Amino acid sequence: MRFLLRPKTGGLAILAAVIALLPLVLDNAFHFEIAITIGFNAIVCVGLNLLIGYAGQISLGHAAFVGLGAYGAGVLTASHGWDPLAAVGAASIGTGLLAFVVARPILRLQGHYLAMATLGLGIIIAIVLNIEDQITGGPDGMLVPPFSAFGWEPSDERQWYWLVGGFLWISVWLALNLIGSPVGRALRAVHGSEVAAEVVGVDTTHYKVLIFTVSAVLASLVGSLSAFYGMFITPNIASFFNSIEFVVMVVLGGMASTFGAVVGAAILTLLPQALTVLEDYEHLIFGLILMGVMIFMPRGLLPTLAGLRWRRRR
Amino acid sequence: MSLLRVDGLCKEFGGVHAIADLGFAIHPGTIHSIIGPNGAGKTTLFNLITGVYTPSAGRIWFDGVDVTGRRPSDLAARGMSRTFQNLQVFFNMTALENVMVGAHLHLDRGFLAALLGLPRIRRADAALGDEAARLMRFVGLDDFIGASADAMPYGALKRLEIARALAARPKMLLLDEPAAGLNPTESREIDNVIHKVAEQGVTVVLVEHDMRMVMEISDHVLVLDYGRKLTEGRPAEVREDPEVIAAYLGGQG
Ligand SMILES: Nc1ncnc2c1ncn2[C@@H]1O[C@H](COP(=O)(O)OP(=O)(O)OP(=O)(O)O)[C@@H](O)[C@H]1O
Ligand SMILES: [Mg+2]
Repeated sequence: MRFLLRPKTGGLAILAAVIALLPLVLDNAFHFEIAITIGFNAIVCVGLNLLIGYAGQISLGHAAFVGLGAYGAGVLTASHGWDPLAAVGAASIGTGLLAFVVARPILRLQGHYLAMATLGLGIIIAIVLNIEDQITGGPDGMLVPPFSAFGWEPSDERQWYWLVGGFLWISVWLALNLIGSPVGRALRAVHGSEVAAEVVGVDTTHYKVLIFTVSAVLASLVGSLSAFYGMFITPNIASFFNSIEFVVMVVLGGMASTFGAVVGAAILTLLPQALTVLEDYEHLIFGLILMGVMIFMPRGLLPTLAGLRWRRRR
Repeated sequence: MSLLRVDGLCKEFGGVHAIADLGFAIHPGTIHSIIGPNGAGKTTLFNLITGVYTPSAGRIWFDGVDVTGRRPSDLAARGMSRTFQNLQVFFNMTALENVMVGAHLHLDRGFLAALLGLPRIRRADAALGDEAARLMRFVGLDDFIGASADAMPYGALKRLEIARALAARPKMLLLDEPAAGLNPTESREIDNVIHKVAEQGVTVVLVEHDMRMVMEISDHVLVLDYGRKLTEGRPAEVREDPEVIAAYLGGQG
């Protein structure tokens, strides 16, 4: 288990193998749909984990960035006839700029202001998507044209699966590179002690803003792709509950563990499927999971399991 | 020319004058100690010099530049580095990584290169790992090179902070009570480290309650009391000063 966490190559190989072999056990379109949803959530969580797990900053509004990506791409293609790839690019740049502009003044301050600000931002974005019905179709949602890139159009679930699987693998690879670099060390230093990081020359504001913006862009990319995949979006995609869900996924899987974030996303995407009878209690169950993890394994699932295994071997 | 000059420096905390109208200069290549009873304002002074606090009034020059109000990361880039009286260790990292963060300013910090995991980034990091291990041995942490920071004893963590500060290759190193909580043997090892650092041309600013250490290794001593300068001079002069004796005897019994 421990080599899943540490040596980068081992983990990446396992992830590649899982992505490659999973289609063997997925035997209908619905199974593929779930796998694709896991992939989308996992990518958001890999980005969010850089922010929460490594830099120690909380965002309670990441679903709003997913929403901006979805509606940005949807509106630009459906109403303005843009090329899908250009629309995805424009939406992610726009989301990145917004994240940067919001974060810059807030992250100058130490403390939990980011959580408050992202909470507010997320709620505002969800409201705007609801009431600007001329543009977004309001609560009824809007149709999104099919995706295409360089003349290629993913035609069925299987092709979408490979697209999202590839995207996930690349996201994990990039995240692991980043964490192992001086930039990643600076991020962890910010988490460990902001003042100590500053006095050895780490511009803490810069790094916090940087990683917040990166994670927002990743969320936006996922939003855009998932809009094309589902071909229909509603403002619900940007809801507060979805933002919380992402945080719970990261915390459950294991903060500061990239593979943990993927595992957390997989478990919490599958759980509601397994518990369809308890649908009404979904919020409650998520809340209980969050509390349980915080109390019984504050480091999260994967790091805790790895720690147990390691201790036994010694 | 002085490396650090402070003029009319004041810091108030809601009516408490932690530092009041303080002026002094530190010459390059010396070991400069700052002493005074508990609450005299020594740590506050360090926080002002390193940009952690902004002064209520007064100016600070470092290396000929007015650096008043600059943020700590900026001052670090100009050659200032420090340790903390109350440990500020990155407990979420290994000991070696703690020291490696100290070299942050001397690394390629490009975001894209980091994201792509370019070989040159990895090569530089491997070299830095060796350098960090060397620094850990230099401060006597040979046994902790593979350790996780949260598994280290207090005395080792104090030295880890020194290694981290040295990794920044500072012109001026500020040490806030490096020997506090250490046993006499460990404390002598710190003496030794400070000497070796000073020999390499680094200016050392030392806050320490251990008078044996201060009197032995300092070139110059500044005495603070209630945020003001009581006196300053060579250790022998300061030791004989009746006001200093009074402040210490009066303040601490
Ligand atoms: N952040 C702060 N807020 C309010 N008061 C403070 C703050 N920092 C220091 N003080 C006050 O300033 C005065 C000087 O404190 P400082 O910590 O600088 O003393 P010191 O000389 O380092 O003492 P010690 O030898 O105990 O470390 C004290 O009265 C202290 O209570
Ligand atoms: Mg102090």
